[in-house]
Amino acid sequence: MLSPPATAPVDDWTTDYDIFDPEYVKDPTPVWKDLREGCPMARTDRRGIRSWLPTKYADVQALAKIVPELSSKDPLVVTLPPDMDVVDNSSGLNAPPISADPPEQIWTRRMILPAFAPRAVEAHREFTEDLCNRLIDGFIDDGRCDAAVDYAQQIPPRVIAHMLGFDPNKADDFTEWVRGVLELGLADPKIRVKYRDIIQNFLITEVTSRAKEPRDDYLSELLAMDIPEMKGREIQVVVGIANLLLIAGIDTTWSSIGSALYHFGTHPDDRRRLAADDALFPTALEEMLRYYSPVTMARMAQEDVPFGDIVIRDGEKVLMNFPGANHDEDAFEDADKVLIDRTRNRHIAFGSGIHRCAGSNLARLEMDVSVRTWFARIPEFEVSNPDAVTWAGGQVRGPRKLPMRF
Amino acid sequence: MKLSIDSELCQGHNRCFALAPELVDVDDYGEAFVLNDGVVPDELRDKALLIIDNCPEFAISEVKS
Repeated sequence: MLSPPATAPVDDWTTDYDIFDPEYVKDPTPVWKDLREGCPMARTDRRGIRSWLPTKYADVQALAKIVPELSSKDPLVVTLPPDMDVVDNSSGLNAPPISADPPEQIWTRRMILPAFAPRAVEAHREFTEDLCNRLIDGFIDDGRCDAAVDYAQQIPPRVIAHMLGFDPNKADDFTEWVRGVLELGLADPKIRVKYRDIIQNFLITEVTSRAKEPRDDYLSELLAMDIPEMKGREIQVVVGIANLLLIAGIDTTWSSIGSALYHFGTHPDDRRRLAADDALFPTALEEMLRYYSPVTMARMAQEDVPFGDIVIRDGEKVLMNFPGANHDEDAFEDADKVLIDRTRNRHIAFGSGIHRCAGSNLARLEMDVSVRTWFARIPEFEVSNPDAVTWAGGQVRGPRKLPMRF
Repeated sequence: MKLSIDSELCQGHNRCFALAPELVDVDDYGEAFVLNDGVVPDELRDKALLIIDNCPEFAISEVKS
């Protein structure tokens, strides 16, 4: 079993923060609060490179708009050592548009947006509902399950495999691979490179076979698009895009579903209220996205970028701390409270600016279907042992073990 | 009341369309646009204020006459 990255204790969060600190992974909110009050742009020199951590909503919003000086070419929160950085200087993530700047970011993004428009993602609702029901059938009679492993984790890889036309039996492999890149491989370059290459090789095979013999599926559609910039390198471009679709939609959405079930499994008043009133689902789920925002992305300065009192130097990183921004009292009343009927909720769990999560509508659909289906089948449930809940953090934060009884 | 959406700022979050499909729609790229020239019927005024306050890009505003 792979274990999370080892980490030295933090004495001073303002100059030596560590997003892998075990207490921070479990609950980062007290650290953000302290930093926001005293030093809203924290820094660290851990892991080979200076990296900044903004904690104010307004700062994260502003930083997201500094394009392309703050580049997305290396969007993972930990950079690979130079000698292992062999794929297009992209920290092992060739996954446009998320790993691209304009102009490539613009045309690759326009290739995929239509499939993720609000009406387009509705095509996946029925499949997702059936899937959630089948999963629940598998454990409902036991009166207990691990809601992260047996439920949340099972959903996104199957939805994305269904969408991309991949063998559904590979869903568990996809989960392992994506965790290898985004979670366990973050602090261990060897693990990251190993799984990056597994994914690349798998996708090259899948995309090449469709280039030779188009099928009635989404990857074939992407290959056939009439995009001048893609001419002559269709396979390379579509492998990159497929890499994004596979990597970006699995750990993230799974974390959101798990966090929502964690919340309602530890807050019986909110659970009862939601179970009794379907109309609360939209605000409740947006509040889950705000309070338990899973994703932190990174930017890398391509030149010296002055920002308030600091200068982000060429080659330094900035973590787009969307989760921390979403807890800023200046942007949200009672920011550290979960209010499932919060109607004014301008959260940026899906980022902001040109890199707004392209899959946000599909993620919301999966979250909506999975939490609603759970509540319909299992309205009474609780986390059976809160001490046994484990969290992953860093790039993507969410529960990885979530023992539930019902 | 009249609404306007700044298409330079809109990034296709679709929060407005989810909250008030009576007032806005989105194109294939998720970009939002106002319906009925942005004119908000009185009974939908609260919804209009709600989508202004939920847009993560601050792209929706009330047009002052």
